[in-house]
Amino acid sequence: MEYAEEHHHIIPYRTLAKVWLLLLFLTATLVFVSTAYHDILSVPALLTITPLKAGLVFFYFMHLKYEKPFLKGLVLLVLVVLIVFIGLTFADIANR
Amino acid sequence: MSTVPACAHPAHKDYEGAKLGMWLFLFTEILLFGGLFLLYSAYRARYPLDFHTGGQHLDTFIGVANTVILLTSSLTVAVAISAMQKGNRKLTMVCLGITIVFALAFLVNKYVEWMGEIRRGIYPNGPALLTLPDGEKIFYGLYYSMTGLHGLHVLGGVIALSITLDFVRREKITSTDFNKLENVGLYWHLVDVIWIFLLPLLYLAA
Repeated sequence: MEYAEEHHHIIPYRTLAKVWLLLLFLTATLVFVSTAYHDILSVPALLTITPLKAGLVFFYFMHLKYEKPFLKGLVLLVLVVLIVFIGLTFADIANR
Repeated sequence: MSTVPACAHPAHKDYEGAKLGMWLFLFTEILLFGGLFLLYSAYRARYPLDFHTGGQHLDTFIGVANTVILLTSSLTVAVAISAMQKGNRKLTMVCLGITIVFALAFLVNKYVEWMGEIRRGIYPNGPALLTLPDGEKIFYGLYYSMTGLHGLHVLGGVIALSITLDFVRREKITSTDFNKLENVGLYWHLVDVIWIFLLPLLYLAA
């Protein structure tokens, strides 16, 4: 019933608040870059800032940073599968 | 895995297993939305100009406002979990309550936004939609599918968060037994992550 014997990492409120501020800052940057420099920077910004924001949520809010390597590996595997799917589809689209 | 006989621990719980189970569910969600993102990307590569025009007609302000709402609601859920681990039940309940209010605010914004599109005649088989070029029709189709499916997830989150709040109130979730709270938090954060991708794909595409 109780997990007294297991160690549970508690993320400090301060860390959570910092991550939240960083996420808001990155959102503001993304919106600014995508509107002000749309022609050249919107796609690079989408491909860099967005995964960075998702990574912050995964690692801190979802506690992944403090999880065992097994779970981290599983998450990585799923993301790699998704990227392979996307990569193969685009390899097909680009050569039609 | 515990080797203690069942009679010694009649209500044995497998903390790691429960969390792993939640993550496995989240993996199916990632691949579900991943498929839609892939569909979007493939069509955007085919109709770049139509997707650009489509994105111009969406309300960027509502999109960004909803992003801030969801990011903040993710923070309140994360604080609720840390507070529960520290035994601060009251703060946990306050934070879960705020999260539910944010989730409802998100849905109200979504309603206002969708009603705006529908009034313009942009809905499946709508008069304005039928006059648009193919690429824009596909853009709005994907817009409704992706934000609609995401909206259903937000609605599911409101229900799950409300049940969790009640569990905390009835002390079914405690500082030593908080796995349900943690799992609903994981779900809510994933709903947030999906929106993080929807913002640039739809609202900032113009």
